[in-house]
Amino acid sequence: MPSIHFRNERRQRADRIVPAILWACAGVSVLTTLGIVIILFTETANFFRMVPPGEFFASTRWAPLFEPRSFGIWPLLSGTLLITVIACLTAIPLGLGSAIYLSEYAPRRLRAVLKPALEVLSGVPTIVYGYFALTFVTPVIRAVFPDTGIFNALSAGIVVGIMILPMVCSLSEDAMAAVPRSLRDGAYALGATRFEAALKVVVPAALSGIVASFVLAFSRAVGETMIVTIAAGATPKLTANPLESVQTMTAYIVQVSLGDTPHGSVEYGSIFAVGSALFVITFIMNLLAQALAKRFREEY
Amino acid sequence: MDHWRGMRRRRIDWALHLLLLASAMTGVLALAALIVDIVVDGWARFTPELVTNHPSRRASQAGMRSAVVGTVYMMLLVAPLAFTLGVGAAVYLEEYAGRGRLSRLIQLNIRTLAGVPSIVYGILGLAVFVRWFALGRSLIAGALTMTLLVLPVIIVAAQEAIRAVPRSRRDASYALGATKWQTVWRAVLPSAFPGILTGVILAMSRAVGETAPLIMIGALTYVTFLPGKLTDSFTVMPIQIYNWIARAQPEFHQLAAAGIMLLLILLLLMNVAAVALRNKFRGRI
Repeated sequence: MPSIHFRNERRQRADRIVPAILWACAGVSVLTTLGIVIILFTETANFFRMVPPGEFFASTRWAPLFEPRSFGIWPLLSGTLLITVIACLTAIPLGLGSAIYLSEYAPRRLRAVLKPALEVLSGVPTIVYGYFALTFVTPVIRAVFPDTGIFNALSAGIVVGIMILPMVCSLSEDAMAAVPRSLRDGAYALGATRFEAALKVVVPAALSGIVASFVLAFSRAVGETMIVTIAAGATPKLTANPLESVQTMTAYIVQVSLGDTPHGSVEYGSIFAVGSALFVITFIMNLLAQALAKRFREEY
Repeated sequence: MDHWRGMRRRRIDWALHLLLLASAMTGVLALAALIVDIVVDGWARFTPELVTNHPSRRASQAGMRSAVVGTVYMMLLVAPLAFTLGVGAAVYLEEYAGRGRLSRLIQLNIRTLAGVPSIVYGILGLAVFVRWFALGRSLIAGALTMTLLVLPVIIVAAQEAIRAVPRSRRDASYALGATKWQTVWRAVLPSAFPGILTGVILAMSRAVGETAPLIMIGALTYVTFLPGKLTDSFTVMPIQIYNWIARAQPEFHQLAAAGIMLLLILLLLMNVAAVALRNKFRGRI
């Protein structure tokens, strides 16, 4: 029966070729990572041929666009840190509170409203949050503190916090949902109130998962771009005053790429140097979060 | 004594209950404030002219026609590319790769990529697609960058959908004499398809709102023509909105708010489609 023979051969050929094609698809993701690392590394090396690394890491002045130029990354780092700290101060208490409420208290009907609202909040594009920060949050802050500039770290930080809140909440809630029912029952049997059971039993049991959500949220806030570009301004400076305008690493990258920067110039190279710093920080944070989440999974 | 302590503890529990409820409500309140703020600002400019007019230096005549068309073109390019690559990678990881070291490394790599800030993808796109491939600041360079950006999300969603297909379905296919690929193509993928599609739509809705990577690529903010070729320059809705926000005049802020309304409606429709799809096929594997 030759026809069956041929059909089998064709079938087997498909089974030989297809895995190679699928392997190539999976390879794209590996190539992406390699591409990011190689490009950041080589272009940063180019940048350091024009600007000494000592200046980049030690100088406290970032003035790439006007003379005398100076490329000290600290003002951009401190701007990023200021925004991120404000964001975390907003998102962590509210996110953890929401998670405890949803996991331990919420009646089913309220939960059916709160969960989708948080999901919608996490799907709002950052450009929309940026508009909200500039046209709603900033005027409110300026009404309370009249000296505040139009662009300020506080407004951007609070709104970045609102952006990462759903993430803190849903990941923390997942961690608490994985705590076995028997632990709660044990606490209640000892006469604990709901809050005592939540705070002294459930949260400690889910702690590494909860901390992982904080770390991931921190990393997301560091990498956030449009909110800070719109609402925090473009003034790189070392300050801890949240009412002043600052510039983050991401906002600097956007600022340079909006202009017409020639390939090979120092400004062009500085995008990659700042991008490398951003990548390294978020990468370490993400690995840390994954390690924490893994530890948590192994417990139960 | 004990009675009083019990009362106090219960009162504390009650107060903290309220505090937790309040923190859970802030998310909802923030969402409400955001929507009200935008609708109040943008309502007057939310007219057909917003879509039919090209951008203009005069706020009264400006629209976002080129941006809407650019977003649609972008989606038409990104969706098939990301779908093919993402599902291919997911099938490889779930059905072919086994649980070896290489496969674990790829998994770790995908999770790591999902956490890379979107602007870093913009840097990658600028260096690889715009410069190295010499595609310039074009529609195709933007689409390729966006494809890489959404790929990790799609791979993870597709992997979950494939994993949810019961073992018995594969066994039945093998028992009929099917080869591995026939089993994947005719038994596994059709069952997993709704789940995959839901993931792809959600990933696309993320891509529609992305701004930063396309600014890096150099999507122009002032485009008064519709892109006709893959190598034409382009703009998309979030970038046009950013351009309007960045101007000082309040008239442009109203336009930005109207553009945001349009963008949010588009995203809402995509999410409704994804949820409807998920509900329709729930439990029908």
